[in-house]
Amino acid sequence: MKKDWPLWEVFIRSKNGLSHKHVGSLHAADAQMAIENARDVYTRRGEGISIWVVESRHITASSPDQIEAFFDPANDKVYRHPTFYKLPDEVDHI
Amino acid sequence: MSRERMEEYFQATIDADQKIEPKDWMPDAYRKTLIRQISQHAHSEIVGMLPEGNWITRAPNLRRKAALLAKVQDEAGHGLYLYSACETLGVEREELLDQLHSGQAKYSSIFNYPTLTWADIGAIGWLVDGAAIMNQVPLCRCSYGPYARAMVRICKEESFHQRQGYEIMLTLCRGSDEQKAMAQDALNRWWWPALMMFGPNDKESTHSEQSMKWRIKRISNDELRQRFVDMTVPQADFLGIQVPDPDMKWNESTGHYDFGPINWDEFWNVVKGNGPCNRERLKARVQAHEEGSWVREAAMAYAEKRKQRAEERARVA
Ligand SMILES: [Fe+2]
Ligand SMILES: [Fe+2]
Repeated sequence: MKKDWPLWEVFIRSKNGLSHKHVGSLHAADAQMAIENARDVYTRRGEGISIWVVESRHITASSPDQIEAFFDPANDKVYRHPTFYKLPDEVDHI
Repeated sequence: MSRERMEEYFQATIDADQKIEPKDWMPDAYRKTLIRQISQHAHSEIVGMLPEGNWITRAPNLRRKAALLAKVQDEAGHGLYLYSACETLGVEREELLDQLHSGQAKYSSIFNYPTLTWADIGAIGWLVDGAAIMNQVPLCRCSYGPYARAMVRICKEESFHQRQGYEIMLTLCRGSDEQKAMAQDALNRWWWPALMMFGPNDKESTHSEQSMKWRIKRISNDELRQRFVDMTVPQADFLGIQVPDPDMKWNESTGHYDFGPINWDEFWNVVKGNGPCNRERLKARVQAHEEGSWVREAAMAYAEKRKQRAEERARVA
């Protein structure tokens, strides 16, 4: 049996209206323990009101080696940006 | 991409002050340097709980006890942030702990000194955490993303540590003659080890140059030490106690304090394992780890059993 407890990624919502944000990781035997440890480690000073934990092995990430091939296709689509559309100065509030 | 091109690209990223993230390509030596530095740092936070833990049950009142307990708990958290950052480089926690327990990995030598009186708790917060802050603030801008982010969290928490320490010193220095003498004695014993926390002089420091180039380190040992001295001496003056250095004096022309030579023989002797508490510290860590092993195993077994039961129930339903 592997000696370490599984690794969990911790996400915290600092207040309602904001998204959960990745803050770090920790080891825990199960999800409940991960939540409790995350509280003790990452919210000792009121940093959060909601915690998500996800076992690290369940996260699929894009590969940094393919940044260009993966993200470049968006770069030549300038018509996705509002500044692409030139309107006469007389037109307001748009 | 050829290896050479990748290295060029890597260095260019760093020169542009951009961060390296866990899955980005990095030279092996960069990875190794970071694993060594971050794990040493993590070990220091964990071992650093021991000298202060010695006084939790003997704190003079409930307010001091609660504050010390909270500080020591913070240090455990710092250790954890740092182990997590280190694990993003592809090393297992268990492996890092094994290196500490076997004596292969180092931790900050300052924690191999004993805490003899309550004033030592004041001196540690003021001087040891003060020196740690001086070292750590530039690390918030270090080139490795997870390390830099961990340092931001840590630095936010350190300031309370230093202030509670100075407040203890202030209370003692405003107290009876015996209390003030106790504060002076603690300063005498912690001053030089605190200056040693910044590491060897620049010309003796083996890893510095490469670490500067990689922006793991941004300010040299001697410069950080000087800043610490300049900041701390006036604080000692305010307390009305003296740093134990006959050569310490304000230098009008440089705008800095001059200070006497550091006893590097003592430093290396402690690093090599012959400080007053090296053996005791390591023994305490190993014992805690070994005595906790049945808890770790039981928690894992319980988690597996619950998972199995849940799966069985789902099958039946
Ligand atoms: Fe710390
Ligand atoms: Fe601290």
